[in-house]
Amino acid sequence: MTSENSSLSEQQQDVLRELGNVGAGHAATALSVLLGQTVRMSVTAARLCEFDEISEVVGGAEVPVVGIFLQLNGGLHGSMFLLLPLSSARQLLRHLHLPVDSEEGLSDLEMSALAEVGNILSGSYLTAIAEMSSLVLQLSVPAVALDMAGAILDVGFMLSGDVADRAILINTSIWQGDRSVDGHFFMLPHPESMAPLFAALGCSL
Amino acid sequence: MMSTIPVSSEVVRVGIAQGNVVRAPQRISTTGLGSCVGLVLYDEGQKLAGLVHIMLPSAPRENVTNVCKYADTGTDWLVSELTAQGVSLASIRAKMAGGAQMFAATGQASEVMRVGPRNVEAVREALARHGIPLFGSDVGGNAGRTIEFDVRTETMSVRTALSGTYCF
Repeated sequence: MTSENSSLSEQQQDVLRELGNVGAGHAATALSVLLGQTVRMSVTAARLCEFDEISEVVGGAEVPVVGIFLQLNGGLHGSMFLLLPLSSARQLLRHLHLPVDSEEGLSDLEMSALAEVGNILSGSYLTAIAEMSSLVLQLSVPAVALDMAGAILDVGFMLSGDVADRAILINTSIWQGDRSVDGHFFMLPHPESMAPLFAALGCSL
Repeated sequence: MMSTIPVSSEVVRVGIAQGNVVRAPQRISTTGLGSCVGLVLYDEGQKLAGLVHIMLPSAPRENVTNVCKYADTGTDWLVSELTAQGVSLASIRAKMAGGAQMFAATGQASEVMRVGPRNVEAVREALARHGIPLFGSDVGGNAGRTIEFDVRTETMSVRTALSGTYCF
């Protein structure tokens, strides 16, 4: 594969960054409808990075986060994560008027509510990408876990790591108000999906 | 993947799909193991220990760019690193942790989700192939682990996000 051992070209990075911006823009709109409040997003990073670098984005491999994971199939293979720091996840539940236990961890109801929020947001993100690229995307049922960031992300590395030692990371942050709720979208396309993705977006390799 | 023994820091950190070897009093650790497996091979007498952070059960037949990523080639690599430092195969012991299933398996995703247990099984097979006894393991479940191995005490400590820290 082209992008496996070499770095991404400027043009490819631009295309992936734009992809992340459009996706997260739609997700931010969905979240703002859900919360009835303004939601902002930050500029996307799109680059080829070492597996270890990815969890550094959220503060390190040991930081406890809520991760909502979807597997992508169809026109684009790979994985999609929405990571919410634990404090953000709790704040989000409060915004949704769910009683939040102050204990460590989250109840089944809270986890399932977060899975549904993740599903809505990731769904908006990926629908935007499908429309932009005209690729048909199939999403798995969302899976949710509360654990160390590194442990949550490693299944994504496996999905993209059987052929490469690095992953293409498209990272976008969204947040609400004073950053009381912030989240990171990570899209890790399989290296073999890059050629069809770039082709669909009209970008040469 | 490095084979030199660093002497400066107390705890040597091993990244995802990487491996390293340390000598006491140094300790060796790796963070955020989900379905990955942290395999430690050590020799009591020589006070040497090596760790590989394994991602997948078996290496492809050709073009293996990173041996530490796979259970089969990663175990072979670690064994050869230790024997190259004068450890005899018969005195090598093993401990491992990880191989969790972080997300519940659903439909088409189930095979991917089960990679943790498959990693554990592949490590067991590789150890059996070398005749290395497994002196302790903390595998499976659905929680992530950070591990640190102390060569002097031959103790693996496991830190989790929600269930505290324990040793074996």
